Amino acid sequence: MYSSARSLLSSFTTASLLVFALLFAAPAAAELRIEIVDGVEGAMPIAVAPFEWNSDMPEPEDGVADIVSADLHRSGLFDPMDESEMVDRPSEPTEVRFGTWRLLKVDHLVIGSVRETNDGMGYEIEYHLLDVHTGRILLSQALTVGLGDLRFGAHRVADAVYEALLGVPGAFATRIAYVAVRGTGADNETFELVVADADGHNPQTVVRNSQPILSPTWSPDARKLAYVSFATGRSQVIVQDLYTGQNRVVSADKGINGAPAFSPDGDKLAVSLSRTGSPEIWVIDLETGRSEQLTHHWSINTEPAWSPDGETIYFTSDRAGRPQIYAMDAGGGDPERVTWEGRYNAHASFGLEERYLAVIYSEGDEDYRIAIHDRETDRLRVLSDGRLDESPSFAPNGSMVLYATRRDGKSELAAVSADGRVRQRLVLSEGDDVREPAWSPMIR
Amino acid sequence: MKTALRFIALVMLAAILAACARETVEEPEAPEPPPTQEPVDEPETDRLNPRDYTDPRNLDNSDSLLSQRVIYFEFDRSNVRSQFRPIIEAHAEYLRSNPSARVMLEGHADERGSREYNLGLGERRGNSVQDLLSANNVPSRQVEVVSYGEERPVCRESNEDCWQRNRRVEIVYTAR
Repeated sequence: MYSSARSLLSSFTTASLLVFALLFAAPAAAELRIEIVDGVEGAMPIAVAPFEWNSDMPEPEDGVADIVSADLHRSGLFDPMDESEMVDRPSEPTEVRFGTWRLLKVDHLVIGSVRETNDGMGYEIEYHLLDVHTGRILLSQALTVGLGDLRFGAHRVADAVYEALLGVPGAFATRIAYVAVRGTGADNETFELVVADADGHNPQTVVRNSQPILSPTWSPDARKLAYVSFATGRSQVIVQDLYTGQNRVVSADKGINGAPAFSPDGDKLAVSLSRTGSPEIWVIDLETGRSEQLTHHWSINTEPAWSPDGETIYFTSDRAGRPQIYAMDAGGGDPERVTWEGRYNAHASFGLEERYLAVIYSEGDEDYRIAIHDRETDRLRVLSDGRLDESPSFAPNGSMVLYATRRDGKSELAAVSADGRVRQRLVLSEGDDVREPAWSPMIR
Repeated sequence: MKTALRFIALVMLAAILAACARETVEEPEAPEPPPTQEPVDEPETDRLNPRDYTDPRNLDNSDSLLSQRVIYFEFDRSNVRSQFRPIIEAHAEYLRSNPSARVMLEGHADERGSREYNLGLGERRGNSVQDLLSANNVPSRQVEVVSYGEERPVCRESNEDCWQRNRRVEIVYTAR
């Protein structure tokens, strides 16, 4: 059973992760550091023992176990043991003395090893998740990654541990896109579209421009980004392939070209275009280039968001006076109003389920916060506490919402768990403004 | 005595500071509407008349309404307030009498709320100004609207003073 899991995993991860190493040539941007602001009372005690290193290559300073520990800690749901408190460093299940770990009051133990593959082209990470109380092996797997993708491999280990213990897939082996702004004033501002690992590491600048960049959004295969650029002085929607570096102007009509959103099958792009006089929701077929207008109302209609099954398009409209979220059939038709609580609801984002929409919410005109609207109960739950929070983006596993907030007059990123209990700050080491976050889909 | 003097000085200083402070927080000054009765024209030929809205030189003349090119808006609104109409009418007259002149109406919003919605709001403000120009018989080929939403603020603090300066349409001459 153990070996079949191993071969299955290795075959698909190698393929996808090797490509990742070739991704970008652009110089690295400044790195985001993630701080836990609030964790969960009674987070699960777990220990990730240092993985045995079997390679002639130098062991990286951040070992696989360090990365797995940091991921689990960042989720706020686990309380990983500090390495200095460990009395044992087993790497095989047979070496584990469960009594010792029970005395150290951990519930679960992750052990493993890293070895260079026979062809010298990558590493194989083998790992085991053990229940300290029963002595049972909950998970035994191996995966192969390219030489430059050890961090990504470690995130996959964290994903598997998270799923085995919580029943929900982890979202550590994912990426985030955001816009970093350097300098102030129209004449010396630089806008950078950056893609980084979900833990803030490995930032790569995809596009740099002196004109505004906004609304980055991922294709479902996480290979492309669509975004809005003002590079020509007017808005355009651009699709950028992260692997080939090619980009394509998808819409550059008169008026606004904004708010791109890929359909879940990746074939279409929903956008907001004002070529008819006011912003309306359109869907562009990326294959044929044909576009179809879905809304017909003189109000502002923008920020389309596809339901996870692709059947419904949610969007922001102020047809009733103030911005609220509406839903309509993805083929068009009469929109139905979704949000009723508060004077302002905008910028819908989905995670795993159509039931929960993350939105920007305001009761009056004072504070703009991130909230989750529950479609089933029609209840709205406010998650953030800033004054000017915006751009919510659900993690693909629905666990957290990433958003932009303001602190000390600057824009930075923050994340909050869907239940509001876990809070993170994503701080850039340099003084740039960071905004417009977009969490990638699961990377297969 | 000395303390009393110092007190008076402090009070005066406070009053001056308060006056200054008040001046900076005030709404952007509405321009003086042109008087209904034109003053008697003096028989001069080369002196620049600031109310001659056909004269390109007035675009740079701070005494002329033509030098004013920013229209400010209320929160979440896009209707042009009456105090700004004379500015737009002056530019309308200029554009009518200078058919090769072109303007770009750059619509902007304050930072509150969603960026994409604010793009819509900026455009709506630009359209309001364009509608007024059209109502004053300016051909549409002379006017273009572009919205920058909240992406190009002139003021970067998160308070109403800044926000009201950012909720604007800038009339930018791309050809005079």
